[in-house]
Amino acid sequence: MTTDIALDGGCRRLALRTAVMAAVLAFAGPLMAPSALAEVVYHRGNTGEPETLDQHKTSTTYEGHILRDLYEGLVVYDAAANVVPGVAESWTVSDDGTVYTFNLRSDAKWSNGDPVTAEDFVYSFQRIMTPETGAKYANILYPIRGAEAANTGDAGVDAMGVRAVDATTLEITLESPTPYFIELLTHQTGLPVHKGSIDEHGAEFVRPGNLVSNGAYALAESVPNSHIKMVKNANFHDAANVQIDTVFFYPTEDRGAALRRFQAGELHSNNDAPTEQIATIKEQLGDQFRVAPFLGTYYYAVKADKEKLADVRVRQALSMAIDRQFLAEEIWADTMVAGYSFVPPGIGNYGEPAYADYKDMSMIDREDKAIALLAEAGYSPDNPLTIEIRYNTSENHKNTALAIADMWKPLGVTVELLNTDVSTHYAHLRDKGDFDVARAGWIGDYSDPQNFLFMVESDNDGFNYANYNNPDYDALMDAAAAETDLQKRAEILFQAETIFMRDLPFIPILYYGSMSMVSDKLIGWEDNIQNVHATRWMRIEG
Amino acid sequence: MYSYVFRRVFSALPTLFVVITISFFLMRVAPGGPFNLERPLEAKVMENLMRIYNLDKPLWEQYAIYLYNLFQGDLGPSYFFRDFSVAELIAQGLPISVQLGGLALLLALTIGCGLGVIGAIKQNQPADFGVIALATIGITIPNFVVAPVLTLFLAVHFDILPAGGWGDGALANKVLPVLTLALPQVAVIARLTRGSMIEALHSHHIRTARAYGLPGRVVVVRHALRSALLPVVSYMGPAAAALLTGSVVVETIFGIPGIGRYFVQGALNRDYTLVMGTVIVIAVFVVLFNLIVDLLYSLLDPRVRYD
Amino acid sequence: MTDASVTAQSNGAVAQEGRSLWQDAMRRLRANRPAVASIVILILITIACVLGPTLSPHTFDAVYRDYVKVPASLSSYPRDEQIEPAMRTALRRARVEIGEWTVEDDRIPIVITSTREIDPRLNRYLDRAALFENAQVLDLSDDKRSARLVADITRLYFFFGTDANGRDLMTRILKAGQISLSIGLLATVVALSIGVAYGAAAGYFGGRIDSYMMRFVDILYSLPYTFFVILLVVFFGRNFVLMFIAVGAIEWLDMARIVRGQTLSIKRQEYVHAAQAMGVGTRGILSRHIVPNLLGPVVIYMTLMVPKVILLESFLSFLGLGVQEPLSSWGVLIAEGSRNLQGATWMLIYPALFLTTTLFCLNFIGDGLRDALDPKDR
Repeated sequence: MTTDIALDGGCRRLALRTAVMAAVLAFAGPLMAPSALAEVVYHRGNTGEPETLDQHKTSTTYEGHILRDLYEGLVVYDAAANVVPGVAESWTVSDDGTVYTFNLRSDAKWSNGDPVTAEDFVYSFQRIMTPETGAKYANILYPIRGAEAANTGDAGVDAMGVRAVDATTLEITLESPTPYFIELLTHQTGLPVHKGSIDEHGAEFVRPGNLVSNGAYALAESVPNSHIKMVKNANFHDAANVQIDTVFFYPTEDRGAALRRFQAGELHSNNDAPTEQIATIKEQLGDQFRVAPFLGTYYYAVKADKEKLADVRVRQALSMAIDRQFLAEEIWADTMVAGYSFVPPGIGNYGEPAYADYKDMSMIDREDKAIALLAEAGYSPDNPLTIEIRYNTSENHKNTALAIADMWKPLGVTVELLNTDVSTHYAHLRDKGDFDVARAGWIGDYSDPQNFLFMVESDNDGFNYANYNNPDYDALMDAAAAETDLQKRAEILFQAETIFMRDLPFIPILYYGSMSMVSDKLIGWEDNIQNVHATRWMRIEG
Repeated sequence: MYSYVFRRVFSALPTLFVVITISFFLMRVAPGGPFNLERPLEAKVMENLMRIYNLDKPLWEQYAIYLYNLFQGDLGPSYFFRDFSVAELIAQGLPISVQLGGLALLLALTIGCGLGVIGAIKQNQPADFGVIALATIGITIPNFVVAPVLTLFLAVHFDILPAGGWGDGALANKVLPVLTLALPQVAVIARLTRGSMIEALHSHHIRTARAYGLPGRVVVVRHALRSALLPVVSYMGPAAAALLTGSVVVETIFGIPGIGRYFVQGALNRDYTLVMGTVIVIAVFVVLFNLIVDLLYSLLDPRVRYD
Repeated sequence: MTDASVTAQSNGAVAQEGRSLWQDAMRRLRANRPAVASIVILILITIACVLGPTLSPHTFDAVYRDYVKVPASLSSYPRDEQIEPAMRTALRRARVEIGEWTVEDDRIPIVITSTREIDPRLNRYLDRAALFENAQVLDLSDDKRSARLVADITRLYFFFGTDANGRDLMTRILKAGQISLSIGLLATVVALSIGVAYGAAAGYFGGRIDSYMMRFVDILYSLPYTFFVILLVVFFGRNFVLMFIAVGAIEWLDMARIVRGQTLSIKRQEYVHAAQAMGVGTRGILSRHIVPNLLGPVVIYMTLMVPKVILLESFLSFLGLGVQEPLSSWGVLIAEGSRNLQGATWMLIYPALFLTTTLFCLNFIGDGLRDALDPKDR
């Protein structure tokens, strides 16, 4: 096809342009002082427009990428997404697992030169819990003692379990042992804010010129829907090892446009790609296109308390008949992985998830069994089951729903499709509107199975779209929350997931993969399950 | 004339008021809210947010608060872009949309009218078919196809223009968006001009004039064009308002920070205040341009009078 | 298509009888070759859209999982090189060893062995694939560890290629045409009637009435359309009639403004004054003098409106109001195609081709109609 030829040419041209640039640089190099040549600029595509640069108001991963470059928390992710010391050099945990004592590094500084102190963190944790802040993700830090009460206004923020022992010692007390607490602190909600600039500028402290940060970069420009520009922070304690001088973040909501900008050499990386065109992308970008496993599950919520779906056998039959391999390979072009458990594999504090028992059965056997199950539940060609699949408008959600409808056809299930815009879709689910099966997805906030399994606890109003109510399940989740031994806790959670996979309030379909386009010139972008890539670990060559 | 303009400007106020009122309640009846996006928020967190933005108050009270603030020139905070107020977002985006839209408008009018006149004079000749072909393609190929195709060729393949971004308003960054914006308008204007131009060339007074052989060809064309432009002008009122207030597709595809995308994206995000801000801007432009159009009528055709 | 001699004959006949406006117009339209050719093409497209989906070997919603996004081609699928991977994929799930195999005409005999007993149901694995049919397990050995599997190869044609779910694009385009053509034409007619009546009334009465009527139009232009559509979906669910309302509600505005502009000018013409002086009523003046003289720009704008309506429908589909899968429309197919621009160009080219051809025809018909109806030429 014509565009294919055009693109081939495009790649060659890109190479040509690079060669010309290299030649020019080689020629000009000796004439210029090394410092004049040195400004290394990183053009980074970021899937969404940040709603805010106030770490306490944020909720999205694309804000996380920006904030991770601006700020440094107590702990940080390294290039491979291992948790490593950040502002905290070391920490100790009390025997009962509820008191964390952090020793902060003495050379941590804000971009204006002020030292970063334990008091800054106390202020930050208090600020995020203050109801007037309007923090969207305050609940992530609810494990801190008194945090929830403070956030709901039942108690003051002073009563929270956060204390500065001295300038470099911070003590955090939790409500109950939380094995993933250190992991939680890597989230952008745990990043410190500079009290002085908030006192001076109020909500406008996030503006360029006002914003004082303690990370590898400082904010230079922020234009909504255009770009965010950051420059290297000379006061950062590890500034000597930060190799990129300037970073531009561009919101790339249109995936196709991001691909073209990448191909035109205008972006060094983009953390998403147009799924419809993966085959071509793989062909043309080669190693520059990366897919890594990701901590997320793509699932269909089933209204479990609805008459026609209340029978577990019906839900099992529906799940069994889905050819996940086909969806992953053909619809999602291997950017997703067939999912047979709700908790994705590779998660922390857990072993292998509780897979469905039909994971290794052949599709034909599964289909036969599904038909038998439906028959037992009273459905047959004479009394067919009709299911409506609701999804939010998107090319691939549509294709997935269509493929699943086709897979359910042999069971005698008639499927109708209904799409709406995202807001309407989720408002409908959350307001407990009527539906049969609805598409949804969940990306873990932190690497722990609890962050997945809590969704269908019977008292979870916001997330339990299925209206699932199983006292045994709730009891197991409570038991897991009280358990401090990680091994035992993992076993209890595994039991809970086993029940989940039997009852199927949500039918897990695929595990998310993270897609990235990364230029050959960008060195140090390591694929990892958290899909976090702080600029300070990278450099640009050529 | 002046009293007519004065009356029209004065009547814009009640028009705006009606638009604001209907929009306000229309938006609030739609399901979902500004904080109801893909990932549900904890109920308690949601309460805090609703309280901060007065969204927990009765609807009529919110309406009163909005109007009160509006009278003081305050368009309110954006619920999505939480670091900015609606006024700031519009002040930042509108000039950009107006620039792009204005250039596209000029381009569309010159090329569109030019092609239309050529098509009419050379009716049913090859040049005319060329005009028709271009106009047809310009209308049927939507901007979400034109933009990627242009980018693939001119930016990715030939590498002569940037594929996206605003680049602080560099000329190169404007070329593709302006072309994409202008193309369908060129097509519509060319079709309308061609049609009414043919009609005008057939009309009695032009025929008579021609028969007497008095005026030259150029004069004939100019004379005919004057009345032929009437439908174009009618069409251009709302079309110009739409062009100058930005296009969601073009701005999203090219990564341009205009206000066009606020209208649709704001609606999808349920960013009520931001949508209201853009609604007001659009309403002002619509009213303004339709006034200009009405004044142009009497300029093009002296018979048109407003009493 | 028009036979010149027939036209000439009828010309003469009609001229003698004295010509009504419509007869006259029809005669002139028939003499206009591009218009006639366009009418014929448009009729052919319509017939193809109405009959095509039932005549096509594929139904518009048949999913061929083995043929996801295959390019448009005049020769049949499967290609020779597709047979082996498809066969291996199908049998991988059956867990048997594949021995010798060949393709003989349209049959594929395969020798299979297994360390376990071979399940005679095995043929279903091959039959599931769209490439094979009538698979049979033959010559099952006594120990049931080896057998010969024979299947027919199904030859399928995808002239326009397939989409992301492996559905035949040609059948889908034709099916989609039913929806797009009907909404394009019907919504346009609705918008046209409202727009002309409203615009002519506003322009003719002028003054305060005109002012109020036009401010109402300004208001409709400014309202947030997205919310309007979302509300329609939420409160009334989806149905075809709503789609017309949603489209009609916005499309008549331009028409009303254009018609009003023309009316303002026409009502000052001498013949209108003359008619008024002779005591012709308002209704008579509007229908006999104003509206016929408006037709030029109206017909042209109408032909522009059809593609606008067809493309607007894809936005409605995005919000859940338009057509729902597995049905489709040209606007939706073009939108899908644009997202598959790199890699599956056929998904964009063919639906766009249909829409463009339709509009070309409408243009020529529009021009023909305009010329035929022009009162000045009579």
